[in-house]
Amino acid sequence: MSMAFFFQQLLNAVQLGSIYALIALGYTLVYGVLLLINFAHGDIFMAGAFIGYFVATFLVGHGVGWPWGFILTLLFSMAFTAMLGVGIERVAYRPLRTAPRLSVVVTALGVGLLLEHITLGALGASRRNLPPLLPETWKQPVEISILGENLNFTWLKVLIIVISLLLMIILQIIVRRTKAGMAMRAISYDKFAVPLMGVPVDRIIALTFILGSSLAAAAGVMYAVQYPVIEPYMGLLVGWQAFIAAVVGGIGDIRGAMVGGFILGFVQIFVVALGQFPALSFLSSTYRDLVAYALLLIILVVRPTGIFGVARRQKV
Amino acid sequence: MLLSVKDLRVKYGNIEAVHGISFEVEEGEIVTLIGANGAGKTTTLMTISGLIPPAGGNIIYDGQDLLQHPAHKIVEMGISHVPEGRRIFGNLTIEENLRLAAYARTDKEQIHKDLQRVYEIFPRLGERKKQLGDTLSGGEQQMLAVGRALMTRGRLMLLDEPSMGLAPILVREIFEILREINQQGTTILLVEQNARMALKLAGRGYVLETGNIVLEGTSEELLANPNVRRAYLGG
Repeated sequence: MSMAFFFQQLLNAVQLGSIYALIALGYTLVYGVLLLINFAHGDIFMAGAFIGYFVATFLVGHGVGWPWGFILTLLFSMAFTAMLGVGIERVAYRPLRTAPRLSVVVTALGVGLLLEHITLGALGASRRNLPPLLPETWKQPVEISILGENLNFTWLKVLIIVISLLLMIILQIIVRRTKAGMAMRAISYDKFAVPLMGVPVDRIIALTFILGSSLAAAAGVMYAVQYPVIEPYMGLLVGWQAFIAAVVGGIGDIRGAMVGGFILGFVQIFVVALGQFPALSFLSSTYRDLVAYALLLIILVVRPTGIFGVARRQKV
Repeated sequence: MLLSVKDLRVKYGNIEAVHGISFEVEEGEIVTLIGANGAGKTTTLMTISGLIPPAGGNIIYDGQDLLQHPAHKIVEMGISHVPEGRRIFGNLTIEENLRLAAYARTDKEQIHKDLQRVYEIFPRLGERKKQLGDTLSGGEQQMLAVGRALMTRGRLMLLDEPSMGLAPILVREIFEILREINQQGTTILLVEQNARMALKLAGRGYVLETGNIVLEGTSEELLANPNVRRAYLGG
């Protein structure tokens, strides 16, 4: 494999992986504080893309162009989706705080279906495209020459990676350096003792939903820019993949969600890329997900708690 | 009266664990609840700090009805609770554990002073402040648990089995520090299975048996009581 080809695929992998990582973070943050797999999270991603679509349509319709159209779409989508996430938590999950965990998981599945079908009912099944938020040239391949080899990339991919990394750094600062982040980490270790420290646990849980939902919204907008298809079921497959990324990384662990997202993106891109070589032609892109998930299953067989996960102590 | 508990009843499902107990704590006192495992001591403390809703009765602290408030507000009102088994956050450093306990406070300078005070009382915590809670020994964890309670600036400290699992020399050290903390103005309600140590520290005590208070009195009276001696002091 030539180096240029490798770097080109690596860029693709990091770009896809950063979208997975942003969504996986939402699963893992919520799991950390509630021990809940929030199965509605993929649909939050979908909602983020739709909200982004409406904001972008409004802005572009009013003549707001690059770069403010893009920046504002991202920020407004994050803000509105955060409100949606907090609203769901307040209405659907908080009343079940003392209910058996299975009830909450089933509720999460129900919320996901509800989001999909409200969107379907209200907006129809037709696919939508984001209005142009970026200059067209950002999506055109740019060729640069490194060590005598030609390498293709698009500025859009670079932009998605930069924004994702920036958001992950901001999240790390919130979780590692702020009082609320400290409380989030404490809750994930032992929920029982946290109120005894004077911490309003419900408010920290709401904050967790704000963080997770806004990251998913950012992923949704960027996904919609890169793969211009917005439809009510778009969160299903991507959501599952991000969930798997979170589990492979070690659900509940923030580094795990990021690493898991990048691993999944890497595996998916390279299965397809390697299939282009005659000797590896059995790796056709049809097998992409099969190979990817088989690999991830192997990781889980070797490390059932995921890469960064630790077995949770059962507390009485 | 700083704390007054009246006819407190607590149920787990259909089973009543505490059958209408009443007791009081005056400002400045050390009061102990002694009793065997399962007598309802921990349940009583958890109900006071708002972790369990009671099935009946009243808890009045400093003239306010505690049942109207969620657990984190009760901490702000001045009740700190050192829970059974310490419940240190193992994924947080010692300093983070202590700072978390000051969550509801906004007086930055005083928080810093209180942090220094905790490190003065427990020098070992100061030496290890960047270490994760998980890496501490049982004794150090108990010190950290008491330190956290100090960081909430409570007027009333509830302590649940501070002696549990500790070597006798450490128990004496911790109890000595509790006496100092009390002398500096913090009222203490102590729950203990180690009745002898508890009654030596406390001025008054209540004996809890299967959810009922069966005896109360000054520590001298209880230490001299033949039933207490037989059941809790080994004869």
